[in-house]
Amino acid sequence: MAESRRVTFRISRGDGARTELVDYTTEVTPGMVVLDAVHQIQAESAPDLACRWNCKAGKCGSCSAEINGRPRLMCMTRLGDLDLDMPVIVEPMRAFPRIRDLVTDVSWNYRVKKRIKPFTPRPPDAPDGSWRMVQADVDRVQEFRKCIECFLCQNVCHVLRDHHKHEEFAGPRHMVYVAALEMHPLDTQDRLGDLKDADGIGYCNITKCCTKVCPEHITITDNAIIPLKERVADEFYDPLTRLFRIFRPRRAADR
Amino acid sequence: MSEQATRTEHDVLVIGAGGAGLRAAIEASARGARVGLVCKSLLGKAHTVMAEGGMAAAMANVDDRDNWRVHFTDTMRGGQYLNNPRMAELHAKEAPDRVRELEAWGAVFDRTRDGRILQRNFGGHRYPRLAHVGDRTGLEMIRTLQDHGIHQGIDIFMECTVTTLLKQGDRVVGAFGYDRERGRFRVFGAGAVVLATGGIGRAYKITSNSWEYTGDGHSLAYHAGADLIDMEFVQFHPTGMVWPPSVRGILVTEGVRGEGGVLRNSQGRRFMFDDIPPLYANQTAKDEEEGWRYVTGDKNANRPPELLTRDHVARCIVREVREGRGSPHGGVFLDIAWIKQRIPNAAEHIRKKLPSMYHQFKELAGVDITQEPMEVGPTTHYVMGGVRVDGDTQMSTVPGLFAAGEVAAGLHGANRLGGNSLSDLVVFGKRAGEHAAAWAKSHGTIAIPDDQVQEAIRSTLAPIDEGGGENPYLVQQDLQELMQEKVGIVRNAAEMSAALDGLAALKARAAKAQATINREYNPSWHTALDLRNLLTVSEAVALSALDRRESRGAHFREDYPDKDVAHGGHNSVIRKAPDGSMQLHREPCPPMTDEQKALVKEMG
Ligand code: SF4
Ligand code: SF4
Ligand code: FES
Repeated sequence: MAESRRVTFRISRGDGARTELVDYTTEVTPGMVVLDAVHQIQAESAPDLACRWNCKAGKCGSCSAEINGRPRLMCMTRLGDLDLDMPVIVEPMRAFPRIRDLVTDVSWNYRVKKRIKPFTPRPPDAPDGSWRMVQADVDRVQEFRKCIECFLCQNVCHVLRDHHKHEEFAGPRHMVYVAALEMHPLDTQDRLGDLKDADGIGYCNITKCCTKVCPEHITITDNAIIPLKERVADEFYDPLTRLFRIFRPRRAADR
Repeated sequence: MSEQATRTEHDVLVIGAGGAGLRAAIEASARGARVGLVCKSLLGKAHTVMAEGGMAAAMANVDDRDNWRVHFTDTMRGGQYLNNPRMAELHAKEAPDRVRELEAWGAVFDRTRDGRILQRNFGGHRYPRLAHVGDRTGLEMIRTLQDHGIHQGIDIFMECTVTTLLKQGDRVVGAFGYDRERGRFRVFGAGAVVLATGGIGRAYKITSNSWEYTGDGHSLAYHAGADLIDMEFVQFHPTGMVWPPSVRGILVTEGVRGEGGVLRNSQGRRFMFDDIPPLYANQTAKDEEEGWRYVTGDKNANRPPELLTRDHVARCIVREVREGRGSPHGGVFLDIAWIKQRIPNAAEHIRKKLPSMYHQFKELAGVDITQEPMEVGPTTHYVMGGVRVDGDTQMSTVPGLFAAGEVAAGLHGANRLGGNSLSDLVVFGKRAGEHAAAWAKSHGTIAIPDDQVQEAIRSTLAPIDEGGGENPYLVQQDLQELMQEKVGIVRNAAEMSAALDGLAALKARAAKAQATINREYNPSWHTALDLRNLLTVSEAVALSALDRRESRGAHFREDYPDKDVAHGGHNSVIRKAPDGSMQLHREPCPPMTDEQKALVKEMG
């Protein structure tokens, strides 16, 4: 897209009860992202068009939406990468109840996170209260800690989106969160029982849809969920481990 | 129809949930206070996530010559000695403990070879001092505080905007606000209130700041009668993106330069070597070779001029552009790709050290920074000025009102060093939480009179009920252009006087800002309300900047290009007069102790 041109945006408006797609046409210039167009439409013709955003740089995870049916961050979706001969369709995330227009109620995610057992470090390694960790061990956890809590993975996961198992399944974002805690070199907490029961890890059938949409390119399924599934299986279904646990009830330190 | 407001009561109410607010809330809670935490966005989205480079703390993990004394003098020098020396000392002394505490709460910093927290070089810091996580240190900090904070029994009010502080006599006794999602009103009774609302960057057109940065805390404090100081000192970060237009202003971390990135003009010249301020002459590399040795860890080398303080680098870039040596889109070139001449696997190294920069340029500008230079130019980044606080307790000049983080002033003086912000948040966030809890305990809470609440409701609904047809978005845009053009990086008296006139006109328009009728998540209403704060802080910036007839730190006057050594050592103090007008006076800077003076003399 080398020149500026007029483009139509078909934006989903309304609250939980009543919604409609409304067309807005606005002038777009090279380099613009979808969020810019939404802001321009607010200023020109739809002052109360609701959307969330903060950083406009893909770092805060506020501006999640579905653009032409694909879950994306509005601030990181360049118009030049879309077909602008067709109206650009902008809708809210579908796995969460709508508050208004593009804003959804994502409070469920905050409730789920709160019930996950927090970080519990081993005693410090040095008298000044610090620890020693090598970069190689830290790398793995750092991948998970890149998460910006955009909840796009939660939005696409069919267990939540189609089957509405919000009560039974914590969703990929929280699998990443638990993985970051479980693989943290200093953590001593045991979350495997919760993973199996409260967090419902068994509901995930490894479709990898979450990994595909993650704007932080976190390898959610392969690096977080599958290793967690293996740990849960080892802990609860492997007869040898179970026998072993009789003698060593605390979780092995090497986890 | 009488409007209702939901009432809650806490010992300590913290407004703002970035690094400082979260840390204050955690501390107050740990000291037994009932704590309410109000955030304008969802939890964990505050502007702290944008901080990239790191957190300055003299832990001496990488260079054992570092200690709090060096950090103190670096901070004072960077602030051109307008800083509150007590705050600079406390900050330098306490930052290492605050970093280690984050690690204890789950933060995962990059490591040294022997497994300790790695520290990197940054502008104005004599030794490698910034604890960091790649280039997403702010995210690591806020997530750590968030994940720890949610288990501390704090009541969290997400997407809630505070519009007024409530007072009884001299004292602050609570706050009034509305929740953005449903537009319902809330009255927060509190023994003490901590402001942790961040900065004012949205007063400018080109800014790295998010929409939340509308100077709310500055404005709330001012209207509650608190002093604001140093408001003329607005930091323009030298490296923001300049192209494409829609991403203009997005931050490019100083970490790029810390890892060896160099600035060049259109002639390919490293122009930063051409202008090295005398204050830093003996700490700056003589040539490119020495600069490279510095960024690769040679302890005997001096830093390259790209790592001089932000104010200076920003002005050099402006000069290059003005004199016709800029890049095609009005910036200069920042090149990290060149390090492939020096090290093997350079591309991989860059992606590892600067992952979010790599993605940002790839995805927003179509530029591969491992192969090509970036185009960068200054962007509004931070305000050094803010609420005047006591260095130890963080209490403002209004009893019961505390402030921490960017909204508070004093630590950074005339210019903040990179990396001193994240450490500021946790050092003084903790102190504010501690002292607010103690203050609330000894003073208790007071019932809030209903007439104040009714007045706050009326004022908050004015854009809906009494709007005069002005488009709030356009008023905001005009304000941003005015400040950018007339109270920007290079200032003069004529333009700033014009800006003050322009602000008066905008104030009249803002009073007529019209919002649509619905209250649920209505951005036109939110924007109309934010305008009031933006206008207050813009006036404070312009007034202070016009009064300071010298150039110092981030404040540069082309009509007074030199530092006024005879009269310069003052702080500009802004206060609301009884007639409601904004008043300014000068006060001498808080004096240094003899020990501090000796340190500055020794290391200055
Ligand atoms: S891999 Fe699992 S968590 Fe991810 S989308 Fe598929 S079912 Fe959901
Ligand atoms: S894991 Fe990825 S997609 Fe899921 S919330 Fe985090 S950043 Fe978003
Ligand atoms: S606005 Fe922050 S991720 Fe889009």
